Amino acid sequence: MNINATMLGQIISFAIFVWFCLKFVWPPLIAAMEERKTKIADGLDAADRAMRDLELAQNKATDQLKEAKQEAAVIIDEAKKRASQIVDESKDKAREEGERLITAAQAEIEQEANRAREELRGKVATLAIAGAEKILERSVDDAANRDLVDQLAAQL
Amino acid sequence: MASDTITAEEYISHHLTNLTFGQRHDGSWGLAHSAQEAADMGFMAVNVDTFGFSLLLGVLFMFVFRLVAKSPTTGVPGSLQNFVEMVVEFVDDNVKGMFHHKNNMIAPMGLTIFVWVLLMNIMDLVPIDFLPEAGKLVGIHFLKVVPSTDVNITMGMALSIFVLVIYYSIKQKGIGGFAAELSLHPFGKWGLPVNLFLEVVNLLAKPISLGLRLFGNMYAGEMIFILIALLPFWAQWALSVPWAIFHILIIVLQAFIFMVLTIVYMAMAHDDH
Repeated sequence: MNINATMLGQIISFAIFVWFCLKFVWPPLIAAMEERKTKIADGLDAADRAMRDLELAQNKATDQLKEAKQEAAVIIDEAKKRASQIVDESKDKAREEGERLITAAQAEIEQEANRAREELRGKVATLAIAGAEKILERSVDDAANRDLVDQLAAQL
Repeated sequence: MASDTITAEEYISHHLTNLTFGQRHDGSWGLAHSAQEAADMGFMAVNVDTFGFSLLLGVLFMFVFRLVAKSPTTGVPGSLQNFVEMVVEFVDDNVKGMFHHKNNMIAPMGLTIFVWVLLMNIMDLVPIDFLPEAGKLVGIHFLKVVPSTDVNITMGMALSIFVLVIYYSIKQKGIGGFAAELSLHPFGKWGLPVNLFLEVVNLLAKPISLGLRLFGNMYAGEMIFILIALLPFWAQWALSVPWAIFHILIIVLQAFIFMVLTIVYMAMAHDDH
């Protein structure tokens, strides 16, 4: 156990190791640890924020749902109203159409009746002539009498 | 283990002798072959064994920590980085708790001291004859494997810290302030000689107590291991196991105390009264 130059060697190596640690070991480790610390703090912050955002979003969603329901009720009401309106309109239209058809049918009937009357008129003339012919037989001048009968028929 | 051919006294002194390199009596340089020869080499000699192990452990420490520090991940750390960061954070917490000035050197120095001294102390747990017997096989006569049982090693570090204490005292307070601190406390300017005496003793006691405390603890622990090794081989475990377990506490505690006292001394050097 002698005091000797080992002590000097130890002093020098101590200085070198402290310098090395100061330059190459301590700063990167501390920097990494600090960075991780801020990372974790940021992460926790973000989690908090996300939690709050989630709550807000949930509230918003509930509000929107309620609003949508109200809107839907309004739309359904309107639709019902519109439907009954359409039904009423259709009924009116149908009634009008019916009336129109009836009028048209009546007009046609009248037309038919007129035509039948005309025809009848023509036929009556012929019939009357035929009757007169039968009655008068041979003595009658067909042409002179026809004028007379036509005049008669026109008066019908 | 005491073999039949050597006495207990020879065994003990063999274990307490360093492998010393220096100038022999005949003028040639080489390893000393006896404790007496090593002592005669005077100051210009080196304890190859303790200094070698000290360097080896320091390089090992720097290698492992640099390995992590080269590419530290800021995400989830691996187990080695986790361990290194745990040690760094432990030292950093201690420094922040005790040292409140601006000095970037204190924390890395605390880390170096803590881990290096711890590694040196841990060599005490290697079975006492393990490495010396292995050394004998390759022709090394003496081998002290625990660097902190060498007073040169512990005092070397303590003196480095003493130099730093004086350097920072003068840097922070100026030569006048440092001189005032040494001479005007605790009795005011009329008690100057007494003050100077007390303060200088106080100042000198710092490195001496720092170095000798570590040396004394580790030397005593080593001594007890040596004495236990003198028992018959079947009885050794009954004492060496409890002592080794207890010694784990001392190993960590002494490394921690060395670091804490260094930080405290540096803080005192920075404090301006």
